[in-house]
Amino acid sequence: MDETVAEYIRRTVLKIPRDEIKMMLQKWGFLSEAQLQTLNFHQIKDNISQDVVQLCEENSAGIKQAAALDITYNHIYQNKRMWSVYRMKKSGEEVEYFDIADFKKKFKQILQSALKNVTITFKEYEDNAIWIRVAWGTPYKKPNQYKPSYVVYHSQTPYVFISASVLKSNLPLLCQALIVASNYHDIREMELRSHSLNSLKDIVFKRYSQNFDTYTPKPLQRENVEPENADIMIIHENRSEKERIHRLNQEFFGTGPQPKLEFAQYRLETMFRSDPKMNVLDKKEPFRCLVKFSSPHLLESLKSLAPAGVADAPLSPLLTCIPHKARNFFKIREKKCLLSESFVSP
Amino acid sequence: MAVLRPFDKLPMLNSAVLLLVGSDEEIQQKLAEAILQEKRNFNISIHLATSLPLPSERDHLRPRIDMVVFMIDIKSKYSLKNVETSLAHVDASFFLGKVCFLVTGVGRVNACSIETNAICKLADTYCSPLLFCELELEGIRAATAQRLLRMLKICAGHIPGVSALSFVLLMRSSNDD
Repeated sequence: MDETVAEYIRRTVLKIPRDEIKMMLQKWGFLSEAQLQTLNFHQIKDNISQDVVQLCEENSAGIKQAAALDITYNHIYQNKRMWSVYRMKKSGEEVEYFDIADFKKKFKQILQSALKNVTITFKEYEDNAIWIRVAWGTPYKKPNQYKPSYVVYHSQTPYVFISASVLKSNLPLLCQALIVASNYHDIREMELRSHSLNSLKDIVFKRYSQNFDTYTPKPLQRENVEPENADIMIIHENRSEKERIHRLNQEFFGTGPQPKLEFAQYRLETMFRSDPKMNVLDKKEPFRCLVKFSSPHLLESLKSLAPAGVADAPLSPLLTCIPHKARNFFKIREKKCLLSESFVSP
Repeated sequence: MAVLRPFDKLPMLNSAVLLLVGSDEEIQQKLAEAILQEKRNFNISIHLATSLPLPSERDHLRPRIDMVVFMIDIKSKYSLKNVETSLAHVDASFFLGKVCFLVTGVGRVNACSIETNAICKLADTYCSPLLFCELELEGIRAATAQRLLRMLKICAGHIPGVSALSFVLLMRSSNDD
């Protein structure tokens, strides 16, 4: 077995938390059950990984199998990577039958003819997701297995989720290969990025609970004939206000759990408006400013702002439009009219 | 009615009414419960509101309010803005000793977003006492509850010989030296 492959397998196993190694190796499916039984999963990880490499040596593992292990690891720990969403466009309206073998062949052809040294691995999962792992090389260098790019493609949709490696220069080639292989004619990056791949899928496939414009009549105002109970010593004066906030929250955010995003970024290209007498940049040139909201779970925290008494309800539409506009990067420019208010670029 | 007035209703026997105004409902609830746990010899009713004016539907049910405490969270500029807009709905005669400003959250020094100077100026403008506290700590919460309860007793007129106005003047002269 190639030394580089052995080292790669060893390092991949070391990345896995010790309690999950057995499960991961089973999912990988390269080592037989009998071989797995011989492994001692209670020793230190260093030794476990050496033992695994030993077994792979016996089975003559090659780079293909090592790449398959990497895909398995990244499928389970998909939230460790940052995913961007791309949308492909078809030229005509023809609904072609998607042939997976044809897709794989074309994809490989394009990359291999351009770069010669690439490692391409495909894996299909139950939810119709095709995972593609690409390790990049050059015509003169072997592929760098430690910095692969990942692509997740749902063949029935025009959306592709890409977790690019640090080597961004290969991105155009990757996009080219995708559109040719899937019979689209254009691909564009959406302004949507997050660590949680499932949440990105929820947003673009519209799987989260949205606010439908159903008419919920306001509850009839009951006559305020509350019994004067002397035991009630704490009285909430603003109960109707609380109910209004709750209703608005439901309208904008729906009732279910929100997709998980980590940040929303607003790039301002608006003019600084101040007192003209102060002579400070007033309407002279755009005030370059970047506003970034970060949170472990941005949409849930926005949802809880008004009930917690930290912000007015309803929230600014710039914040509430994030899931159904499917973007968390915004550019705000001046509105070119007499009122000169800012508006969000499409 | 839109404006809160101190003497527009008749008082009830042996009772006092406190109104807490602040944007953080959770912390208001905690403070109210702490006040209720204190030993006292009169009936007390605590009204919690997020802002003024109070909803007019409940006016006829509401008793006379003896003291208003405006709660400002030093970590939230929004709570200061909320209090400032609410102050406009309080009649001027309330500020003769029946109003108190309570600044919460002072334990988290690195999360302050309001200048203490701004709040001190606010309290000075409205001639009302200013208290600082950290309501997330049980001990300080109990101590604050005791202070507010004693002030409430004076504002409700339960202490003979001490009126709300004389008490607030007492507190001022100790601050201004």
